[in-house]
Amino acid sequence: MTNHPEFIEYTGNADCPESYLLPSATPVQLIAPDGSAAPDADYKETYNLPDPHTLVDGYERLVVGRRINDQANALVRQGRMAVYPSSTGQEACQVAADMCLRAGDWLFPTYRDTVAVLGRGVDPMEAFESLRGDWHSGFDPHRYNTALPTTPLATQLLHAVGVAHAAKLRGEDTVVLALCGDGSTSEGDFHEALNFAAVFHVPVVFLIQNNQYAISVPLIHQSVAPSLAHKAVGYGMPGERVDGNDLAALLAVVGHAVERARNGGGPALVEAHTYRMESHTNADDATRYRTPEEVAQWVPKDPLLRLEKYLRDAGRLAAADTARISAAAEAIAKVLRDGLNAETVADPADLFAHVYAEPTPQLREQARQLSDELAAASLEGAHQ
Amino acid sequence: MTTMAHQPTSGPAPAGRPAAEPVHAELSGVQAITFAKALTLAMADAMAADGSVLVFGEDVGTLGGVFRVTDGLTRRFGEDRCFDTPLAESGIVGMATGMAVNGMKPVVEMQFDAFAYPAFEQITSHVAKMGNRTKGRVRLPLVIRIPYAGGIGGVEHHCDSSEAYYVHTPGLTVLTPSTVTDAYIMLRDAIASPDPVVFMEPKKLYFSKDTVDLDALRARYDAGSPAPSSIGRAAIAREGTDATLISYGPSMAAALAAAETAAAEGRSLQVVDVRSLVPYDDETISAAVRSTGRAVVIAEAPGFASMASEIAARIQERCFHSLAAPVLRVTGFDIPYPAPRLEKHYLPGVDRILDAVDSLQWEES
Ligand SMILES: Cc1ncc(C[n+]2csc(CCOP(=O)(O)OP(=O)(O)O)c2C)c(N)n1
Ligand SMILES: [Mg+2]
Repeated sequence: MTNHPEFIEYTGNADCPESYLLPSATPVQLIAPDGSAAPDADYKETYNLPDPHTLVDGYERLVVGRRINDQANALVRQGRMAVYPSSTGQEACQVAADMCLRAGDWLFPTYRDTVAVLGRGVDPMEAFESLRGDWHSGFDPHRYNTALPTTPLATQLLHAVGVAHAAKLRGEDTVVLALCGDGSTSEGDFHEALNFAAVFHVPVVFLIQNNQYAISVPLIHQSVAPSLAHKAVGYGMPGERVDGNDLAALLAVVGHAVERARNGGGPALVEAHTYRMESHTNADDATRYRTPEEVAQWVPKDPLLRLEKYLRDAGRLAAADTARISAAAEAIAKVLRDGLNAETVADPADLFAHVYAEPTPQLREQARQLSDELAAASLEGAHQ
Repeated sequence: MTTMAHQPTSGPAPAGRPAAEPVHAELSGVQAITFAKALTLAMADAMAADGSVLVFGEDVGTLGGVFRVTDGLTRRFGEDRCFDTPLAESGIVGMATGMAVNGMKPVVEMQFDAFAYPAFEQITSHVAKMGNRTKGRVRLPLVIRIPYAGGIGGVEHHCDSSEAYYVHTPGLTVLTPSTVTDAYIMLRDAIASPDPVVFMEPKKLYFSKDTVDLDALRARYDAGSPAPSSIGRAAIAREGTDATLISYGPSMAAALAAAETAAAEGRSLQVVDVRSLVPYDDETISAAVRSTGRAVVIAEAPGFASMASEIAARIQERCFHSLAAPVLRVTGFDIPYPAPRLEKHYLPGVDRILDAVDSLQWEES
């Protein structure tokens, strides 16, 4: 099959040539929760701390991402949005995903990845159109090389494989990064996507945000594998695990996987350990299934505070930087407030216009029926 | 750290496969070909005309498909254009979706009707909805070919008439040809469609033969003067004046045979081939029923909440004042598709169709 590399490079210990598929013995961490440099550990690859410039950029994105989550949570409480799945505490994974991709690469987000979607440059109001309830999606995936956030769990992973496969057939060097949650790894499409990606040797990086829960169900009910990253071995792709609240480590690990994929090395699986600080969505009540003590344990591991401490201690965060960064965060918050407080009109004619490239005769008839009903109703309104 | 090179365990297909038979590339002019070959030619011609058309699925490469419908495509177009996938239907349709998002026109094969069910989530939640949820910004020009229905003595899970699931799902175009000519035309139209098409192939027709003019069929797709699409258009398969039989796909043969028998008995039955289940051609079908005033709908699928039910309801709504009798349905029973030795009792046949025709209240007219 031409889809296979002629030789598969097995790098690792000679007694166990497949060992390179296994994740490192512990999750990769470069900056400890207290902001100090993490102690040296024997990871399977050499992961270098990103340069300070990159880390300051990343810090800015984290601050902006946190502000997006806070503002969206507030707006949903005020009834300006139908629903918001918050990613407070998980921003580093999404920021790393964005920073490791080029504009021409593709991102496949889930419903929880609004921060990553906005980080790709998607117009905030277009991104929030579905959360507001105006339409199921608001932006053009081709304009941003960013797929629409997908709700049916793990289904987007196969689309990511298809986008990568098409790019590979055309000889393009596009890389596709697909996000999913820990619970989603139990879905059949997760398995099919990883297997297809490996068999066709396509450039997809699967990034699992293991936030420990699928709504209320903890990871132990999803999988008893040694780690989710170990699943990679079964597909013949390398797996790696990383501290998902350490942006520096994420950039190193995800960046390595992305460049490996770009250079023809094929797919990889990365599991990021993180925690969902809020409920699943505003409609959920996390106190029913987890204790305040458990949540409290994650507070000091916060991705934003950790990087801020590190940069401050290294003398890399000037007053001008912090001023600029908080201005950027306030600016996006204002865009969200203004946009979501503005009244919008959802056009009923859209209901029939897009189901097919050309509406069928039956849909044209139904569109006429609804528009007659609306005309009659507004006439009645005018007479009252 | 050491670097070692290993041969991959799965490699190229074994050497020594049979030499290429004269395939599609050379076929032209007036030819007697099978329904399956017409489908092969449609794919081959579309692939030759458009480099973004890809064919993939289970056993479609080296083997040419379990029904040989993709025969020779890998040999002619290479393994990048026609290839085997891992055995996973959701994977096939999901990957096709991503490829269609990224500029390709995948034509995927589900090996049998009931084995498309693992792909149901991808089909209903993504394939069908992508155009709508993106307000038309992303259209999915992909075709899902499904060999379906029975009449071949097939074992369990190989004979389902599953069209109702797809026709019930807004966003899907659902086509089912019943003639060799339509096999070619409708598959090419499906591949050319900007919308996703579920293309249902009555497997008992695969080896039926007809003589067709391939040059004329191909001329329909000449860039300069393309013929109108078959999508959304029913066909009058037989003219008649006393009653209208409406059928499609695997049941067309029984409908036509019934009309033949009825003619010998002095009753002139018109036969309509719906062929495009979605979009549905109300205009042609209603006009046909109005011209005779009587209608029987024939379909092999279980009748409850079926395509046949939809057709009957639409006729009743549109043609009530032209009808001399209630619209009747002759369908499969509401049971799982039976085992080979019992399928003859299940399939709507000539006798059942003619019994229905006989009960169309002739005495009152
Ligand atoms: C196929 C499918 N089944 C069920 C659901 C309902 N659902 C939405 S989110 C969710 C939990 C997903 O957990 P995980 O994959 O860990 O992602 P997280 O929400 O934690 O980010 C469930 C069960 C769904 N969206 N899709
Ligand atoms: Mg989770």
